[in-house]
Amino acid sequence: MGAVVALDTLLASRTLWHAGRSAAIAADGEPTGHAALDALLPQGGWPRRALTELLLPADGVGELALLLPTLARITADGGTVALVAPPYIPYAPAWQAAGVDLAVLQVVEASPRDALWAFEQCLRSGACGAVLGWPQQADAAALRRLQVAADSGACLGFALRDRKHAVNASPAALRLEWVRDAHGRPAWQVRKCRGGPAPAQAFVPDAA
Amino acid sequence: MLWACVLLPQLALDAVLRRRPDPEAPLALVTGPAQLRTLHAVNASAAAAGLASGMRLVAAHALLRDFAMVDHDPSAEARWQRFLAAWAYRHSSLVSAQWPGCIVLEVRGSFRLLGPWPTLQARLRSELDALGFRHRIALAPTPRAARVFAGLEDGLAIPHAATMAARLDRVPVRRACLPDGLGVRLQRMGIAHLRDLRALPRDALRRRFGLALLEHLDRLYGEADDPLEYYLPPDHFDSRVELGYEVENHTALLFPLRRLIGDLCTLLSIRDGGVQRFVLRLEHERGPGGGAARGAAHTDVEVGLLAPEREPGMLFELARNRLERVAIAAPVVAMRLLARELPAFVPASRDLFDTRQQQQLPWPQLRERLRARLGDEAVYRVAPDGDPRPERAWRRVQGDDARIGPAPPRPSRPLWLLPRPIPFVERGLSAGPSHVEPDLAGSTHDVRASGKAAGQAPLYGGAAAHRGARIVSGPERLESGWWDGADARRDYYVVETAQGQRAWAFAAPGEREGWMLHGWFG
Repeated sequence: MGAVVALDTLLASRTLWHAGRSAAIAADGEPTGHAALDALLPQGGWPRRALTELLLPADGVGELALLLPTLARITADGGTVALVAPPYIPYAPAWQAAGVDLAVLQVVEASPRDALWAFEQCLRSGACGAVLGWPQQADAAALRRLQVAADSGACLGFALRDRKHAVNASPAALRLEWVRDAHGRPAWQVRKCRGGPAPAQAFVPDAA
Repeated sequence: MLWACVLLPQLALDAVLRRRPDPEAPLALVTGPAQLRTLHAVNASAAAAGLASGMRLVAAHALLRDFAMVDHDPSAEARWQRFLAAWAYRHSSLVSAQWPGCIVLEVRGSFRLLGPWPTLQARLRSELDALGFRHRIALAPTPRAARVFAGLEDGLAIPHAATMAARLDRVPVRRACLPDGLGVRLQRMGIAHLRDLRALPRDALRRRFGLALLEHLDRLYGEADDPLEYYLPPDHFDSRVELGYEVENHTALLFPLRRLIGDLCTLLSIRDGGVQRFVLRLEHERGPGGGAARGAAHTDVEVGLLAPEREPGMLFELARNRLERVAIAAPVVAMRLLARELPAFVPASRDLFDTRQQQQLPWPQLRERLRARLGDEAVYRVAPDGDPRPERAWRRVQGDDARIGPAPPRPSRPLWLLPRPIPFVERGLSAGPSHVEPDLAGSTHDVRASGKAAGQAPLYGGAAAHRGARIVSGPERLESGWWDGADARRDYYVVETAQGQRAWAFAAPGEREGWMLHGWFG
């Protein structure tokens, strides 16, 4: 009897995963602004207090278009959004046209060596609603630090990285990889998501 | 005002003893030239063996074969006095360390906060005991009188001016801390007590002994203002421990390290600050090169934190972990702790109804931290500007003050702008020619590069329709800037590359070659 109780406790605390039965995950994610993507993700949006990894073949494939609805909503609510060591200049007129309130959009310039530190500081501080970073050299240990920092700072962390890192394990709560679907359209494939098996279906932004 | 004086009868000795693991062992401070070494001060167990200050070293060795000897360092004494002034600063806002060997502090202003004099005195004593300094404490309405009383009797407290004057009258001149050693001279003249001195005519006294004596007397009795040099807390921490022997393993460094960290935390709680980065400097014995290499050899151990802290236990553990990872290349003779920046400490308590994170740091503080490490220009906001040229249609905004206005309406612009336009060659094809020739072939809008050199593979291979770069929209003609010399005449196109990137590229008006990349739509 004691063993049964222990198992239930383990299941309840989500340390044990019961295959074939989808655990009841609270749909408390931050809405992505894309209804089709929300439907795919087990939490119904970006995982809060966690790091999300976007794996890209190159810059400018639509990663910002994916994030902008979220960023626009966070800034409209007065939350600070920090871009840590962005690869290019965030072009103010376009960001403004996309609905981002530039008054709370902060750009942090850092050398590659300091970028990870700055990324972690921003995540951990709790001062930001969302933090975008481009950690290129980060290894699993560094990503774990970032994940823990995002948890303790209670903010959305987005790590935009090269697609070649997809083969490496990552502590990020959610991983999305840019792919082309069967029709050759750009799409986002969920590679890992906390709280359930990764959906086989990809999210195609242009489909709607 | 009421002044307390903390007299430190053996400051130099305490400063040495407090960093030794076994303060009970016989120890003497040694001073004087190499041929004529004399004892400056001795601790209790050495005194019990018959050693006394002023004794010749040879004589001391004859009395006691085995005792520790430490060179007396007069500058260390001043440094410790400053440290104790910093300690006293948390009990009072008016602290002075202008007289050697003692600290005076105004205490009446602190009674409401810290309790009446007996409570405050007990508190001072217990803290001094914990810090490891012998002390005598007295209270009087003037700082000079408090100093005199502390020399006379430990714990003497005379809060009323009239009683104080009566008690001062009975003080022997030798004990009245008179300037320039006048006390002994006056006593030899037959003037025994301050009462006798005050009875003498002032003019004669001034002519004979100078104005300083009269000023001292007036200030002692509170008949003249006493402008003191008040202590101001420093904005950095720098403390050094001389080990006196060569240390080659980590364990022997832990005890002085704990003291250093404790001192740092004392300063931090006084300043209501925290420390985020500090350096432990391990100083080595100078090399065989002699004087030339002096001071050059040291090992720095950097300790950095994510947030300012001032918890001694935690800082000690952190510093200890860092220290233990460092290989000690040469014997260490001294350790120094340097903390240049002492940022404000944010206590982990929040408003009861605040739903935000416990350890949340406001953005301005985070920004300051980032700027401190990354440079002053590293953190900024972006704002649109009115210029039609894309590279001038935005600007950086430092600080929080500037309002950000809306941009004038324009056709769609890329989210990423390149710092300067670069020749448009798709990534991974850097070996290709520096430009491509897009060919708007009817409805397909395929941009196929025809390699200029014979036999060269096309840049954007036209194998499948979606694998080539194609023009999505354009051109958008831009002619501007004739007024400031930076004339720009460009046709902008939105181009989708083979990899699926949406690029913002331009060419010279009416032309379809010499493409320059200026942004990504992201």
